Amino acid sequence: MKIHEYQAKELFRKAQVPVLAGFVAKTPEEARAAFEKLGGSIAVVKAQVHAGGRGKGTVTEVPSQRGVQLVKSAEEAATVARNLLGNHLVTIQTAASGAKVNQVFVEQGCKIARELYLAVVVDRAAQMPLLMVSSEGGVEIEKVAHETPEKILREHFDPANGLQAFQVRKLCKKLGISGEAAKSAEFFMKKLCALFVELDCAMAEINPLVITEDNKMIALDAKITFDDNAMFRHSDLKELRDLNEEEPAEIRAANTGLSYVKLDGNIGCLVNGAGLAMATMDIIKHHGGAPANFLDVGGGANTQQVTEAFRIILSDPNVKAILVNIFGGIARCTTIAQAIIEASKEVGFTVPLVVRLEGTEVNEGKKMLRESGLAIISAEDLTDAAKKVVASIA
Amino acid sequence: MSILVNRDTRVICQGITGKAGAFHTKGCKEYGTKMVGGVTPGKSGELVEGLPVFDTVEEAVMQTGANATMIFVPPAFTADAILEAIDAGIEVICAITEGVPVLDMVHVYDRVKRSKSILIGPNCPGVITPGECKIGIMPGYIHNPGKVGIMSRSGTLTYEAVWQTSSLNLGQSSCIGLGGDPIVGTSYIDIFERFQNDDQTEVILMIGEIGGDAEEMAAEYVKNHVTKPVAAFIAGRTAPPGKRMGHAGAIITGGKGTAAEKVKALEAAGIVVAQSPADMGVAVVEALKRR
Repeated sequence: MKIHEYQAKELFRKAQVPVLAGFVAKTPEEARAAFEKLGGSIAVVKAQVHAGGRGKGTVTEVPSQRGVQLVKSAEEAATVARNLLGNHLVTIQTAASGAKVNQVFVEQGCKIARELYLAVVVDRAAQMPLLMVSSEGGVEIEKVAHETPEKILREHFDPANGLQAFQVRKLCKKLGISGEAAKSAEFFMKKLCALFVELDCAMAEINPLVITEDNKMIALDAKITFDDNAMFRHSDLKELRDLNEEEPAEIRAANTGLSYVKLDGNIGCLVNGAGLAMATMDIIKHHGGAPANFLDVGGGANTQQVTEAFRIILSDPNVKAILVNIFGGIARCTTIAQAIIEASKEVGFTVPLVVRLEGTEVNEGKKMLRESGLAIISAEDLTDAAKKVVASIA
Repeated sequence: MSILVNRDTRVICQGITGKAGAFHTKGCKEYGTKMVGGVTPGKSGELVEGLPVFDTVEEAVMQTGANATMIFVPPAFTADAILEAIDAGIEVICAITEGVPVLDMVHVYDRVKRSKSILIGPNCPGVITPGECKIGIMPGYIHNPGKVGIMSRSGTLTYEAVWQTSSLNLGQSSCIGLGGDPIVGTSYIDIFERFQNDDQTEVILMIGEIGGDAEEMAAEYVKNHVTKPVAAFIAGRTAPPGKRMGHAGAIITGGKGTAAEKVKALEAAGIVVAQSPADMGVAVVEALKRR
């Protein structure tokens, strides 16, 4: 689960991770009031969407407006908020249509001496949390990782004991941070790593992380993703979820126990198991087609789930054909065939449907599909299925 | 021979009184696995599928001589169940449960690597030695005793590979579902080592997927330590980057983790890589020819 920057900063504040003062605003008037309340001569107005690259992102409706802007008066804060609110911000991480901006964050300004990059993730290779810091702040970190990986410093830490002081000293030495700033860095990094563990984060990313002219380390940005599997012990965090930021079909799928990810192609896929679902997308591509989605109905796959899965797939106007690929292990092919037949009658297909069944009671299942009177194209194996579904829309 | 489990393995089920635990205990027993009991705290004295239920794993081990367990307890209690099995000295622990918090696994992994136990999973189908012992949720009948050692991070894709190798009359020595979570108890390399030392295994099939660098590390290991023929498939060639992984996740390995990169590393290690998931069985045959 992702949250907004202003929500992440509220969590930072509670955990003593240094951030600047700021207020969230849903109207230009609120943005004006926020500037006045901050009381400084400068502030930054930032679009709140679940996507990075906001600073360079452009607003579709007001092309001159970027997603993050420095303002010098309450009036200017209101104007920028007006340009952003209700409009769509397009960044390198959003779809081409952009993400709708429903709120902005008006934050105090500060005098920046240095910009850094910081992230905490769980490193699957080392089986431990990993703190990464880079001297290349404020820029695209992917580029740094690709071109100059040595500029990203790494320290693993044990979640039970947290980040140790000597680890921060090592980082500071390599980054050329000393004196008061190094003290501030130790406080900052230890608190942040503790927050990462305490809140079961999957990722915490701060870009830029800054050192101010008075030697304080402060999080100028804050991106947090939580481990969905750990949400059962953080009922308070669930309230931070913003459904406006999620694909409606993906929310609908999750509510039915399905895993769905929308893609750009035109062949809808309904598969059981995540690995097989990925492999099904691969084989469609291998034979010249383009998958419209990833959809895993899970190991069980009952009639209700299959029906909802078909509805979700067909809610995508790009879908021109559907491929069903089921390996009947625990779920028998006859059960799956019955679900497909009932779902087809319920949903009513307007596009070709190719079905590949394999596994327990496969012959009986295929017979049921044949005798159902439905216009189902039956496939023998994976290759046959992919070829037939690609041919059906050629 | 086989790896990890065989006809003498004595298995308990943690979470045996739950719906999934009871159902799969029945399935494993019917397959011929030596199921000897189960554990659910507070339910000792009950019988499930004619098997005694115990309050603790320690008690179950003392009473039944169990040396393997399959875990079906809910995700919130899985770490505790695994730690209990390690404490009781269980040799093979299969955690089937899906949805275990990743930081719980950081702690569990640290414990398991300092113990004599081997942990398979979590979020995995389990382990099977065809004709001898099935621990987990895989459909037993698709397997045949044979020469292919199979390991995978994905469940149904493993079934697909088993099906293809069974259809080609190769059969399987053992099949290991490593689990799809970011942190799992056992790596490809651990299993490569066991298959390499197993007489029955003549060829090894590894099914990987995008993300992380476990496949690249396995390729390096194969190059230096595995003399048996190896085939592989990588799922997710067409998966959009960054959809499941955060940006910071992608940079850990410095740009590694794409399907193309993994395939390159595998081929450089002399591994036959199936271009399509329909060709996993064919790739195994091809690998056998190269020997």
